[in-house]
Amino acid sequence: MQRDSGWQREPLDPDTAVEPGPPEQRRQAQVLAAIAAGGVLGACARYGASLVWPTAPGTFPWTTFWINITGCTLMGVLMVLITERGAAHPLARPFLGTGVLGGYTTFSTYAVDAQHLFDGRRAGLALLYLTATLVAALIAVWASATLTRRLVAPASGTRGDAS
Amino acid sequence: MNWLMVIAGAVVGAPLRYLMDRAVQARLGTVFPWGTFAVNLTACTVLGLLTGVTAAAAVPDALQHLIGPGLCATLSTYSTFSFETVRLSETGAKLLAAAYAIGSVVAGLTAAFLAGHAAVALLGHTAG
Repeated sequence: MQRDSGWQREPLDPDTAVEPGPPEQRRQAQVLAAIAAGGVLGACARYGASLVWPTAPGTFPWTTFWINITGCTLMGVLMVLITERGAAHPLARPFLGTGVLGGYTTFSTYAVDAQHLFDGRRAGLALLYLTATLVAALIAVWASATLTRRLVAPASGTRGDAS
Repeated sequence: MNWLMVIAGAVVGAPLRYLMDRAVQARLGTVFPWGTFAVNLTACTVLGLLTGVTAAAAVPDALQHLIGPGLCATLSTYSTFSFETVRLSETGAKLLAAAYAIGSVVAGLTAAFLAGHAAVALLGHTAG
């Protein structure tokens, strides 16, 4: 009987033989898992909102508008808290920022909805939608970040060198 | 079923955005957010293609949900896009911020438009 090939070389108990892998590789896998999990939560929130508040074709896409604006508002809060206000868990940013908010907000639906308004000869409404979302999203990030900086004091030991 | 398709698309879309963003950024440097620009442009193209194909031919509902609200909407992002724009203008790169914001919108819209109309033209039907 061959003793040096295949699983014959492995310890008897297969569960104890699982190599955790090099630390960097393991960290990367954790980050990707956190992003995927957050992305699912964000996508479900967005899809749920689109079912609860459907937008009729040829009208202003209010649901996507508010999804993007609320997502950008939370992004401003989150980035100040994580980058300027003390130590967050290393997976907080990939999970909440890249995953949940990245999955919740959408650029493709924004562009395609505007394209459909153009195709339906509602060019004025399309331009209004494109501009209103962009301007409101930028104000949302800026205002929520500014407000968070004012309301949440820097944790002791961290420098308030953000602005 | 539609929910499962959205979840399946999101499981792929969110990590794909991160990996694509990083790969593009590593190649093209860090001054301009090329990574986010690239993922948003890609998602707009694919979603434009999907809606074009759907207008011209029968596409299963499940596949529409997998690619639309699942993959494309999760692959693309408005929160990172607007954060980057605000960051660029905060650090004094106001012109770059404006170019990024307007460039992303114009490019995304153009990509969706071209992909959608190309799909309709190729499939030989007019959109219903």
